[in-house]
Formats: sequence, C-alpha cells, structure tokens
Amino acid sequence: MTNTKNTSNNTTAAYEDQAVKGKASSAEAIFGNIAKPMFSRGGNKSPLKTALTALLLVFLFALPIYLQGMGEALLLAALVGIGLYVILALGLNIVVGYAGMLDFGRMAFYAVGTYAAIILAIPLANLLGDSLEGLVFPLVMVAAGLIAAFVGWLLSLPVMRLRGDYLAIVTLGFGEIVRITIQNNPFGLTNGLLGLPDRGNVLASPPFFDWLRDNVYWALGNDFFFTMTRNVYWYYMVLIMLIVAIIVVRNQDNSRLGRSWAAMREDEVAASAMGVNVTKAKTWAFVLGAFWGGIAGACFGFFLGGISPEPFSFLNSVIVLAIVVIGGMGSIPGVLVGGVLIMGFPELVRWFAMNHLGQAGGDIQSMVANFRNLFLGLLMVVMMAVRTEGIIPMKPKFHKLFGKGKSDKGDHTDAVVGAAPKGGAGS
Amino acid sequence: MNKVVAEHQGYLMQATNATIQFGGLRAVDSVNMNIEAGTIVALIGPNGAGKTTFFNLLTGIYTPTEGEILFEGRSVSGKKTHVIADWGISRTFQNIRLFKEMTVLENVMVGRHVRTKSGFFGATFRTPSFRREEKQIQEDAERWLEFVGLIEYANDLASNLPYGAQRRLEIARALATEPKLICLDEPAAGMNESESADLDDLILRIRDELNITVFLIEHDMKVVMNLAEYIYVLDFGKLIAEGLPAEIQSNPAVIEAYLGQDMEAAIKAKRRALLEARGEIAPETTPKPEAAAKDPVMMDSDGVVMVATEDNKEKNDAA
Ligand SMILES: Nc1ncnc2c1ncn2[C@@H]1O[C@H](COP(=O)(O)OP(=O)(O)O)[C@@H](O)[C@H]1O
Ligand SMILES: [Mg+2]
Repeated sequence: MTNTKNTSNNTTAAYEDQAVKGKASSAEAIFGNIAKPMFSRGGNKSPLKTALTALLLVFLFALPIYLQGMGEALLLAALVGIGLYVILALGLNIVVGYAGMLDFGRMAFYAVGTYAAIILAIPLANLLGDSLEGLVFPLVMVAAGLIAAFVGWLLSLPVMRLRGDYLAIVTLGFGEIVRITIQNNPFGLTNGLLGLPDRGNVLASPPFFDWLRDNVYWALGNDFFFTMTRNVYWYYMVLIMLIVAIIVVRNQDNSRLGRSWAAMREDEVAASAMGVNVTKAKTWAFVLGAFWGGIAGACFGFFLGGISPEPFSFLNSVIVLAIVVIGGMGSIPGVLVGGVLIMGFPELVRWFAMNHLGQAGGDIQSMVANFRNLFLGLLMVVMMAVRTEGIIPMKPKFHKLFGKGKSDKGDHTDAVVGAAPKGGAGS
Repeated sequence: MNKVVAEHQGYLMQATNATIQFGGLRAVDSVNMNIEAGTIVALIGPNGAGKTTFFNLLTGIYTPTEGEILFEGRSVSGKKTHVIADWGISRTFQNIRLFKEMTVLENVMVGRHVRTKSGFFGATFRTPSFRREEKQIQEDAERWLEFVGLIEYANDLASNLPYGAQRRLEIARALATEPKLICLDEPAAGMNESESADLDDLILRIRDELNITVFLIEHDMKVVMNLAEYIYVLDFGKLIAEGLPAEIQSNPAVIEAYLGQDMEAAIKAKRRALLEARGEIAPETTPKPEAAAKDPVMMDSDGVVMVATEDNKEKNDAA
C-alpha cells in the first residue's frame, strides 16, 4: 500500500458515504411501503375475491329472471351490447394493454366478424340441413373468429415496424378502409350501405334456442314468470362468450406468450436481446386480439338478425379504446369496469328516461347519444388528470415461490449488498 | 441446440475488420478481435470510443457495414437479435434496460424465453406440458435470482430495486438465457465500493462456476485489472491496443488515449452525476475537483503505480 492509494480511497469514500446514505434511505422508503404488502401476497387468489366473483356470476345469471317486462327486454338488449363491447375490449386489451401497441381501428375486426357470420350462415345452413341447424351458429362464430384473426394477421404485416403515433394512424386508416370497402359492396357480398337487413327470418336458429323457448318457462303466480325470449337467449350467449374470453385472455397473459408481450411493451430492445422474437409476439397479439372481434361480431350479427355498415364507425373504435384506457390497460377487471361504465351508463340513463320520465323521457332519450360523448370526454379528461393508469390498473404478476426466500421479510437492504447464496445455479 | 462449428480456430468470438458507419462517423472502425472460450476479456476505452456500439454489433442490434463477426464460426451479420441470443450471446445494458413494470422474478423468467417453447396453444388451454414448463421456468428463474443474491426481491417491481441490485438483476436475466458468452456493459457503473467488490465476485463465479465466457466493458480500472485476462482498448472506434493487463498498463498509446485522462476523477464525477440525477445524494454546492484532479494516479490491485508521469499530472492540474 502506498500513500497515494490511501488518499485516493479516502476521497472516494467521502463520495460514497453520501451515496450509501442516500441509497439506504430511498430503499427504506420504497421497501417500507411497497415490498411488505407484495411479499405477503404471494399468490393471486384471496377468499374474498373468489366470493365476490361467485356472487357477481350468480347475479349476472339470475338477472334475466327479474327482467321480463317490455322495458326490461330493451335493457337486456342493452346488456347484450355492453357484453359485446367488453369482448371487443378484451381483445383490444391484448394489443394495447399487454403488447403496448395502439389500435384505433378495432371496428374493422368487429365488422369482418359480423359480415362473415351473416354471409356464411345461409349457405352453411343449406349444407347442414334442418336437423343440424343448431350447429350453424357455433360453426359460423368460430369461422368469423378465424377470419377476423386472419385479417388481424394481414394488418400485422405492414405495421410490424411502426410504433406509437404511426401505428395509431395506420390502424385508424385500416378501420376506415374496411368500413368503406363494406359500403362499396365488394363482390356483391355486403349489399353496400343498405347492408344485409332482415336476415332474421332466414338465419338458422342458434343452438337450443327453439327448444329453450318452447320448454323453459315458468310462472309463480301472476307477478313472477320467466320465458326464454330472444333477448334473454342472447344475453346468456354473450355472457358465456364473455366468460370464455376472460378465461382465455387471462391464460394467454399468464404464459410465456404473455411475458413476451409484456417484455416487448416494456423494452423492445431488451426483450429481443433476451431471445424474444418481437415480430412473432406482435403478430400473435394482433391475431389473438382480432379473433375476439370476430367472435363478438358473429354474436352481434345473429343477435340483430341483419347488419348494415353504420355500427362500425371510427367513433365506436375510439369507444372500445376508451374502455381499455379508462378501465385500465392490461387489466381485465379494469376492462370489465370500463365497459360497464362507458357503455352501460348511457344505456341506463336511456332506460330510466323511457320508463320513468313519461313524455320528458323521449327528449332525454334523444339527448343521450350526445350526452354519452360528453360523458366520455369528461371521463377521459378526469382520468388523465387524476389516474392515468386507469380505474383498476394492471397489477404485476406475483408468484408463489417454490424455493427459499418467500418467507423472509427481513432486512432487504442488507440482502442485496451481502454475498449471494452459494451454488445451486445452472440448469 | 444445433452446433454449427465451422473453422474458427478455437475462438468463441472472432471479429474481422468489423466496422459500422453512422453517416460520417465510423463508430467502430476495422476492429479485429478474438475471444477464447472460458476467458474474461475486457473492452476499455474513453467515452464514445465505440465500446457499446461494438456490443450492439455483436448482439445483432446493428449490422456491420464492413467486416464480419463470427460466433462459434457463424456470422452474426444480418441475424436478428433474438436468434443471436439463441446461439448463446447474452448481454446487459449500460443504461439499465429492465422490464420496469414487471416483477424481479418475471424479468428473469423472460430470460428463459429462448430456452423454452410453449406457445399460443399451451397457454390458451393450459395443457399439462405447458404447466410443467411454466413451473420449470419459474424454478430456474428463482435459481438465477439466488445465484445473484436477489431472491428476497422476487416479487418486487424491478423499478423499485436499488440501483446496484438492478444491475445484478440484469445479469441474472442475461444468465437465464444460458449464454456461452455474456457481455456486460459497464456493470459496476453507479455502484459503491462494496457493491463493486461483490460484483467482482459475481463475475468470477459466472466464469468459474458456470463456465461462461465473460466480455466486459468497464471504466473502473480496479475491476478491469482484477478480473480481465486479456484487454482490448478502443479509441475513436479503432483498436489501439490489446494484450495482457500488465502490457496494457505500460502501453504508451493507452496511457496517452485513456489512462492519462485521470480516470479516477472521471469516474467519480460520472458516479456523482448519476447519483445526483437519481436524487440519492444532494447536488454539490461548491464543486471541489482539486482533490480528485490532483490524483491522476492509476494502480493495479497491488498498488503498483501505472501512470505517474509528470506530463500527465501537469496536464490535469492545468485543466
Ligand atoms: N445509432 C447511432 N447513430 C449515430 N451515432 C451513434 C449511434 N450509436 C452510437 N453512435 C456514436 O458512436 C460513438 C460511440 O458510441 P458508444 O459505442 O456508445 O461509445 P462508448 O465507448 O462510450 O460505449 C459515439 O460517438 C456515439 O455518438
Ligand atoms: Mg458505452
């Protein structure tokens, strides 16, 4: 050791003393507040959460039993609309929330799914014959999902290198192109602006509908009765598809594929340096997201019994995006709440006005369409100001550890500085 | 793993005339470099010398405009980064690039991506093989966290880790890809003395216990001289020297280009700026560079003075 060395060490030490102090206090601040609840969590399931989910499911399945009047039938129809938009938003959430790409053209896949289902249904029904009529809808729905997924794949090709604003503009354009193409009656398939209305009479009945309508009804005295109407049927169909979508999307998120989306969203360069094929991950996000557009579209088309290009406007693409962004990007509960809030609130006002405000209700009803956009705008402004991450933000994925370390909540600051545990590495 | 081993003279990595041009700037200029498997090799040079850019060439983030870089005899030119990761080159980043909103454990689990294969189908239907693989991925990730000493933090957000721990996490994530060559870009930057000493340990263990070849960019001469078995020196994109640590210490071109610039002071200033930027220390009110500037002396671990020419001292005092 020479003297020079000591001097050098002292000056360094002076700087580092400060550095260490700063570090310890900031670490304390961080781990005091955040680490503890995180460590106590471990898994994702709490009994309370399970109970609430069960309660919600019972409520949703029982709801049509109580909604049997004329006005209530419309409310059920509104609920179908909400459910379809939530399914759309769940698909969009893959692209926007998980994979971190912007998409302003969600209606493209919804439109493709709707038209595909309606156009395919009649030849398929002729092919299958009366005895297999019930298969038409499920087959057509899957086909619509796959066709929409294929269109999603097509879109993914040109936009692979785009990001942020550019991606938003291209997807916006894509949504408009699809709508305008449909309006122009390509190959005589879509009947242009008039659409394909009144197919209700010729579309095959979805599975069990006739049977359910004829057999499932009961009455308890004069006040309480239940029949399987068309709206009730589609309410259940959409509810079931929504539950399937939630399970599937959640499974995909909690997987190697989901991690590749998240890694790509967080840092594309680092993700690819860790071996994530970014092109492939993006393609899967587009394809799987678009799939749900097709599924929702098929339900929509069969529910309406006909279709025209109007519902597939740019504004509606924005509304789906708003559901995801306001609800919470990357958060399924967020998307559910966002969907109910953004789609449900105006419907509720409309329903309330019609049923309880008599003459004045008519005027209010006509105001609702505009009021909804105002509401949406206000909600967005408020959210951007106070809670940019959404109503129910995405949660990190906590894991119950297999090995050691899970129980020790001791002094974290020491653990990092201290020597690493020996051995056991490599695989 | 398919092993295509062409004629590569026993070298793991071999750069021949590697060059990349950004407009008029040749950020890496005709560099020849060989790395033998199982060694710890350092790449040093002043800021802006092209070290990080060389890593970017090696990992496929940039494609060389001239020359070639071979890894196990295969050219990395034009290969996608994730393919090169699959071949067995992994890296960390000078400006930490963790997946910030993911947990520490998930960060490392992403590192397992390249050695696992389940896809859309397994994920959607949670097939038995998918679940088996997920479990294995998590167990492996936990082992890597134990290896670098971060298992306690497994369920914290990566962005909540202290700075030194974030650098270790980047190493764990890179190790999880099971590389043959790990490229560490200034891993000691922003670390304090004891963290930096732990890092030396860790790097040695990576080579000795895991048999992974280490390619290291580092400004901290103590770390470099402690660890490196062979050193390459870049300056303005060009290789100006290479050799054993002892040879580099006495190489006049190196001293001129690099060591003579009073590295210690430069490092301290850099570290200070970093810590200040992160708000971990208060900004200095009255800058006191004299203490550092009067100390343009570099030593190896035995205290042997490397640069003590009067020339350099005067230059620094004047500056
Ligand atoms: N993508 C790029 N475009 C233009 N110039 C670049 C790019 N990447 C690096 N450079 C330049 O190349 C030179 C070397 O940078 P770098 O490799 O980061 O140096 P260092 O040795 O400090 O890691 C710098 O002058 C830098 O500005
Ligand atoms: Mg650099």
